[in-house]
Amino acid sequence: MGYIATNLELDSFMSELAKKYRIFAPKRFVNSGIFSDTDCIRYGEISSVNEMVFDEKSQYSFKETILPIIQTLFFFTEGNTNEADIPQKDIIVFLRSCDMHGVKRLDDMYLNNGPADYYYHQIRDKVKFILMGCKQSFENCFCVSMGTNRTDRYDMSIDQYDDIYRIDCKNKVWQKQLDDMNIPQEAVTPAYVTENSTSVSIPENLDFTVTKSKMWDEYDTRCIGCGRCNFVCPTCTCFSMQDMFYSENGKVGERRRVWASCMVDGFTDVAGGGSYRQKKGQRMRFKVLHKVHDYKQRNGYHMCVGCGRCDDICPEYISFSNCINKLSKAMKEVSK
Amino acid sequence: MIRNDYVPFVSEIKDVIKHTDIEYTFRMAYVGEVKPGQFFEVSIPKYGEAPISVSGIGKDFIDLTIRRVGKVTDEVFEHYVGDSLLLRGPYGNGFDINIYKGRELVVIAGGTGLSPVRGVVDYFSKHTDEVESLTLISGFKKPNDILFSEDLARWKESMNVILTVDYADGDTECQVGLVTEYIPKLKLNNKNNTTAIVVGPPAMMKFSVQGLLNIGIPEENIWVSQERKMCCGLGKCGHCKIGDVYVCLDGPVFNYTKSKTLID
Repeated sequence: MGYIATNLELDSFMSELAKKYRIFAPKRFVNSGIFSDTDCIRYGEISSVNEMVFDEKSQYSFKETILPIIQTLFFFTEGNTNEADIPQKDIIVFLRSCDMHGVKRLDDMYLNNGPADYYYHQIRDKVKFILMGCKQSFENCFCVSMGTNRTDRYDMSIDQYDDIYRIDCKNKVWQKQLDDMNIPQEAVTPAYVTENSTSVSIPENLDFTVTKSKMWDEYDTRCIGCGRCNFVCPTCTCFSMQDMFYSENGKVGERRRVWASCMVDGFTDVAGGGSYRQKKGQRMRFKVLHKVHDYKQRNGYHMCVGCGRCDDICPEYISFSNCINKLSKAMKEVSK
Repeated sequence: MIRNDYVPFVSEIKDVIKHTDIEYTFRMAYVGEVKPGQFFEVSIPKYGEAPISVSGIGKDFIDLTIRRVGKVTDEVFEHYVGDSLLLRGPYGNGFDINIYKGRELVVIAGGTGLSPVRGVVDYFSKHTDEVESLTLISGFKKPNDILFSEDLARWKESMNVILTVDYADGDTECQVGLVTEYIPKLKLNNKNNTTAIVVGPPAMMKFSVQGLLNIGIPEENIWVSQERKMCCGLGKCGHCKIGDVYVCLDGPVFNYTKSKTLID
């Protein structure tokens, strides 16, 4: 059901929601950007719609709101283990269409690939999503190519137009709240883009023979293995486990999981000194094929959602979308 | 409510069998279904977890043969002998005994690679009537590195055991040389009805598989077990992923036709 709300009305509605939910949305963190005097747009908890940033792409994805960067799994106390507390309050996450498609990837990884993940499941059950429509494409986005520019899997959508907000609400409880506030109704379709300045083409014949291509060698020297591309990606799901103890000789501590990156040294190390994919180009190949080839083999659809954040964040100006577009030529090279 | 697979359980160390200075078998209390080739995550608070293959299975225990090569295993050797360990598992697919019944079975193991296949060899050494022939080629670096000496002596009584060492300083009863040298010498009646299992260091596995293919064993008859960093064991953390495969979920035991497509 569609609504047209003023800033004051939406803020009042959000205040009501905040009683039950913690609300996360893209926020501006002044002077926290990667260059001096630049801001960082990333996810944070908000209490007012005025704190949200609608007209810029968040540099980091929504991922950290439902898959914490550091998550305590359980505590060691003397000889016992005690599960970490589960977050009590429900969560609302504002995100864009590509990110909503990213949620499907996280769900399949954490709920369907092997046994369901206990900790992810606890949080995921508490989350509602509000879609932020895209009135225009941002730099480096290629969602249209990936088919992620539209979604209808949201509880509510909000588009900002000057001082009014166009809302499409599917959540019955929220609909009643909006009706009770006498917010005028009007049919609303969330804004979405139909073209991006960047587009990608994934070759139909792509297979693992492309690993033999020389195209990957380029990344041996260009990539510095910092892993930023993984950390900003809404669909990267890897983590490492760490034990933390509260004092060096203490017996009380915790086991936690922390985001990990297949681009960073040590990711594949095995006991006894073994290690796989030591070259940066091999890691790039592994990541790229995961995003646009082997994930599809396993799940039936591509992993990459075309948000372009990896291109935005790379300190070496490596373009993931360019890399995808080189795959056709690489397939011809290895087919000779 | 979904089960929390990350929290380990306490398992009593029932016995410790010392093979070499750096390789012990820990006999751990465990009741439940386990297959050879599956693995458990052995956990030491403050040091983390390490995936260890099951090297023996009993009614109320499992054997975990641990080599001292990292910070978790160092700690196991230093402080936990005679006490208990935290475990979670079993994980992975393991070896399916039924696949090998009625066939000529060749097991090629390098070093601690003998651990995951010990259950398979032990089963068929006691049920020789269930296979057409049974051969183990087991290679170690030096005579002092030999694991499961008692088992090897027992197995020799009922099956063909070729025990090799890479080099020996003095006299040894073992053959000296690489396991690959003995592959062309295998006496097999029907190569199409021969199944081979290869487990060991990557280079040894590569050349052993090549040797088996060279003597005419069909590639679909070859099984291998892969070693990777298996951090969660649950198909989530991504460390063990190769191509579209998660070694912890889809392996670690693979048919060679699949294994040969896994490119790191």
